[in-house]
Amino acid sequence: MQSDQSGADYKKYMCLICGFIYDEAMGRPEEGIPPGTRWEDVPIYWVCPDCGAIKDDFEMVEI
Amino acid sequence: MPSLDLCISELSKVQVMENVVIIGSGLAGYTLAKELRKLAPALPIRLLTLDDGASYSKPMLSNALAKGKTAQTLPMASAEQMEAQLNITITTHTAVTAIDTQAHTVATAMEEIPYGKLVLCVGAVPIHPPLTGDAADRVLSVNNLTDYAVLRHALETAQRVAIIGPGLIGCEFANDLLSVGKQVTVIGPGVVPLDRLLPTEAGAALQSALARQGVAWHLGVTALRVDHQDEAYRITLSDGATLLADCVLSAVGLRPNLQLAKLTGLQTARGIVVSRHLQTSAADVYALGDCAEVEGLVLPFVMPIMHAARALAPTLAGTLTAVNYPAMPVVLKTPACPVVVSPPAMDAAGEWLIEYLNGDSLRALYRDADGGLLGFALTGAAAAERQTWSKELPPVLA
Repeated sequence: MQSDQSGADYKKYMCLICGFIYDEAMGRPEEGIPPGTRWEDVPIYWVCPDCGAIKDDFEMVEI
Repeated sequence: MPSLDLCISELSKVQVMENVVIIGSGLAGYTLAKELRKLAPALPIRLLTLDDGASYSKPMLSNALAKGKTAQTLPMASAEQMEAQLNITITTHTAVTAIDTQAHTVATAMEEIPYGKLVLCVGAVPIHPPLTGDAADRVLSVNNLTDYAVLRHALETAQRVAIIGPGLIGCEFANDLLSVGKQVTVIGPGVVPLDRLLPTEAGAALQSALARQGVAWHLGVTALRVDHQDEAYRITLSDGATLLADCVLSAVGLRPNLQLAKLTGLQTARGIVVSRHLQTSAADVYALGDCAEVEGLVLPFVMPIMHAARALAPTLAGTLTAVNYPAMPVVLKTPACPVVVSPPAMDAAGEWLIEYLNGDSLRALYRDADGGLLGFALTGAAAAERQTWSKELPPVLA
C-alpha cells in the first residue's frame, strides 16, 4: 500500500451505489483533485463520477 | 376573532396538507427522501413500500458475486434504520391500491393516507420474453433484492447458466458469473451484445473479451422454448439449436411500471409523463426514476435519478426547480472489458468514427457534420478517457 510523506497509508473509498472506487493515492486529476488528496479534503460538493452519488454514499474499503 | 380551537385545527390542516408521501423504497425513493430531508428538517415524510424497505443499491446486484456480497449483506440499512436516519415514517409490505388526486389521498388495504404532495418512485418491471415450453415459468429475472436471493439460491447448485438478453445487465451478470467459475452462455438477437447502446465494433470488442474469459455466445438468435430435461433445462433457439443449462436468467430489459399511474388516470406514454418539474398530469403528484418519462426520455440509470431527485427536492420544499441533465455516460461493470458509453440522442445526425487502439481497446466517437461530438463509446483501456470526451458532449437536457 502506498503512503504519504508522513508515512500514513492512502485509503480507498467505494461508492455504495455503483461500486466506483476513490483512491486517495490517485486522486481525480481530471476533475482537479490532485493525487494524494485525502478523502476528507475532497470537496463536499464532489459527486461520484460514475453515478452522481454524494460523498455520504461512500465507505472506506480495504482492498 | 377565531377561537383558539379553530386556530389549532387550521394549523393541523396546514400541517397535513404539506406532508409528502413517497411510494417506493428504491434508489429514487430513498434518494429523494434524503435530499428533501436536508432542505426541510421538519417536513413530515411518509414512505410506502411493497417490500421490507431495506436500502440497497440495485446496480450492485450485477456485480455482487465478484464483490463477495449476498442478498443478505447487500442492504446498507434496514427500514428501521432508514426511519431513524432520515426521520421519516416507513410502512413496509404495503401496496397502494388507489390514488384520489382530487381528495389528495392514497389508499392501502389498511388505511387512507392524506398527502400534500405525492411522489411515485415505483420503478420498472422486467420484460418477459415470449417463451414456450414446460419450464418457461422457471426462467428467473432479477429486478430487486428478493429476486436476487432466488437467483443466488439457484446458483448454489447450478454450474451452467444461460442468460437471455445480451444487454447491459445481461453482460454484467455474465461477467460476474464468470468471476465465480460458472459456465456462462448468453443468447440474443443482435449480431453483437449491447447493440442498442453501442456501435457494432465496440459491441464486438466486449463480445470477444468476454468470450476469451469463457462466455459462449449465441447471437443472431432468440430463445423460443425452455423445457425440463432431467435435472436441467433445455433451451431451444430460433435456429433450431438446443443447449442445456442448470439455471436460465432472463435479462431482456425493463419497462416503466405504469400500473398505478394508469389506474389513477395519469398521462402515460413509455413512462409516466412528467414535466421538467417532474410533475405528472395531476397537480401535486410527481414521478421520479425508472418509472418517469421526462421530455420523452426514459433513462433507467442511477445518474438521472440523482439529478432528478436534486431538482424535485427543492420543488417539494417550495422552490420550483427544473431538472437538467448533463451528459451522463453509462459505465458497464464488465471487468473483462471496461465499457463507457454515452449514446447519441435518438434524433442525432452524425456518424461513428472508430479507432482501434490495442487489444480490446477502442475509441468510437459519434460526430455531426461540423465535427461536434454527440456521443462516444470507449472500451478496454480507452475507457479511462471518459472524462476527456464527456467534457465535449452537449447536455442531454439543458
